[in-house]
Amino acid sequence: MSNAITSTTASQLLSGMAAGDWTAVDVATAFLDQIQAHDEQIKAFLRVDRAEVLRQAEAVDRKRRERQPLGRLAGLPIALKDLVCTRGQATTCASRMLEKFVPPYDAEIVRRLRAADAVLIGKTNMDEFAMGSSTENSAFQITRNPWDTERSPGGSSGGSAAAVSAGMTPLAIGSDTGGSIRQPAAFCGVVGVKPTYGRVSRHGLVAFASSLDQLGPLAGDVAGAAMLLEVIAGHDPSDSTSVDEPVPAYSMTLEQPLSGLRIGLPVEYFAEGLDSEVDAAIHAAADFYESMGATLVDVTLPHSKYSVAAYYIIAPSEAASNLARYDGVHYGHRAERFNGLVDMYAASRGEGFGREVKRRIMLGNYALSAGYRDAYYLKALKVRRLIRADFDRAFETCDLVLSPVTPTPAFKVGELINDPLAMYLSDIYTISANLAGLPAISLPAGFSEAGLPIGLQLLGPPFSEDRLFRAARMFERETPWHAKRPAL
Amino acid sequence: MTGRLTREEVAKVALLGRLKLSADEIEQMTDQLSRVLEYVDILNEVDTDDVEPMAHAIELRDVFREDIPVASLTREQALANAPETDGRYFEVPQIFEGV
Repeated sequence: MSNAITSTTASQLLSGMAAGDWTAVDVATAFLDQIQAHDEQIKAFLRVDRAEVLRQAEAVDRKRRERQPLGRLAGLPIALKDLVCTRGQATTCASRMLEKFVPPYDAEIVRRLRAADAVLIGKTNMDEFAMGSSTENSAFQITRNPWDTERSPGGSSGGSAAAVSAGMTPLAIGSDTGGSIRQPAAFCGVVGVKPTYGRVSRHGLVAFASSLDQLGPLAGDVAGAAMLLEVIAGHDPSDSTSVDEPVPAYSMTLEQPLSGLRIGLPVEYFAEGLDSEVDAAIHAAADFYESMGATLVDVTLPHSKYSVAAYYIIAPSEAASNLARYDGVHYGHRAERFNGLVDMYAASRGEGFGREVKRRIMLGNYALSAGYRDAYYLKALKVRRLIRADFDRAFETCDLVLSPVTPTPAFKVGELINDPLAMYLSDIYTISANLAGLPAISLPAGFSEAGLPIGLQLLGPPFSEDRLFRAARMFERETPWHAKRPAL
Repeated sequence: MTGRLTREEVAKVALLGRLKLSADEIEQMTDQLSRVLEYVDILNEVDTDDVEPMAHAIELRDVFREDIPVASLTREQALANAPETDGRYFEVPQIFEGV
């Protein structure tokens, strides 16, 4: 029975529980058993509290028995990336700095998930402070790709993507600052969505780069991602950058195909550096849409070649500022030995932060320092506007942009970790959506000859998530890729 | 924009960022940050003369809300994660010398 449960989609689990086929405890037990059986190898989770998970599931079953009103995710297990604050439960950002941090409050999305009667199954591994593309920057463990444990699950939400892929949870939350939901979704063969900037509250999300960070869903299929976004999206007075726009019922319109769809193919994206198998899969996806009646149009994003450079000035600058709060005084690590106040700060931060976090703080402080601010930071912000303008122009002639998620399928653990610039360049197709604030979805679109998943990215104008879900579902319905699961 | 950093510059930025780095880390960081900064030089190819900087994707301005008092963290909650506390305040090392 448990095998049936762990390979069942989120929507089928919901209807199965509603029909009385399974209790929430059956469902939670099946996923907990899967974690127990396989996470020693995959290392997707940092913490799972079995007794606490079963308590949540029992509470849902009790409500159902007593015919109390149930939330929209009643009994569905959801894993949380370990940068989402959970009241009374450790939230570490996979950093020594926050190893002992226990938040006194729930993030807004956690409040919403609890209100929807979701079962929070555990906290997942990530690159420290979400800085990285491989989950190798975790201070605690290296997560493995369930399709090939020699390979990386991607990052920074690598734990969340690997957990969904390995059938350890039907749904997970990730965060995406430069591709950190979409790239691991592509590497692990699952669906991941980076919503429009401002669509989901960031209250209680540990900040990395505040103008780019956005929380979003990972799921085994498009319907699961739509269902989860529907619950977490919406205005929150505690986050003044969350936008006060109504949240459409994505899961209600999902099955309606789009007619007259115009799909833009950015000429700059199909160039040097793109793996031939990825290129073939993405073109096959474009051909599929054409066969469904869509029109393919070439679009140009002339400033896309500058997006990685602009990002690696802007994101570290914001990070340097955000991470200044870790001072060894209010919370987080304090060094045991130091000589005076300044040294206490420096020693605590030097010990608490890992290499990549230090690199980004250094890069950001350099870009913001006197004499360099105009040359680096302001220049990058100006290029950012041109990148957004490219998309605005493209969306005058198309409804969606179709592209790869990553230049290659999953790279090996250890392959890029000592070459930060090469790692940064692997984010080339995902970074623009964050700089421009646009929504984007990553969905399974095939496999390489080596058996590694390949991801397809669809990008839309602000607040076009409903369109992205419908277009993604058109593809998913007619292709077998999302139904394949790794042999563990 | 000049690319290559010196070890002294890296050490200065580390002090500004309150990051204690080992000699090895400074060495490695000098090399790695120099390479990133050289790469970032491609931004100079872009003509941005009449372009306004874009700090945020959704350019919201003057977001107001009702000024309604709500409960905040208790002192105990606020101090619960502090590395050093006397139960009333956050404790820091002595700041003034000779007192």
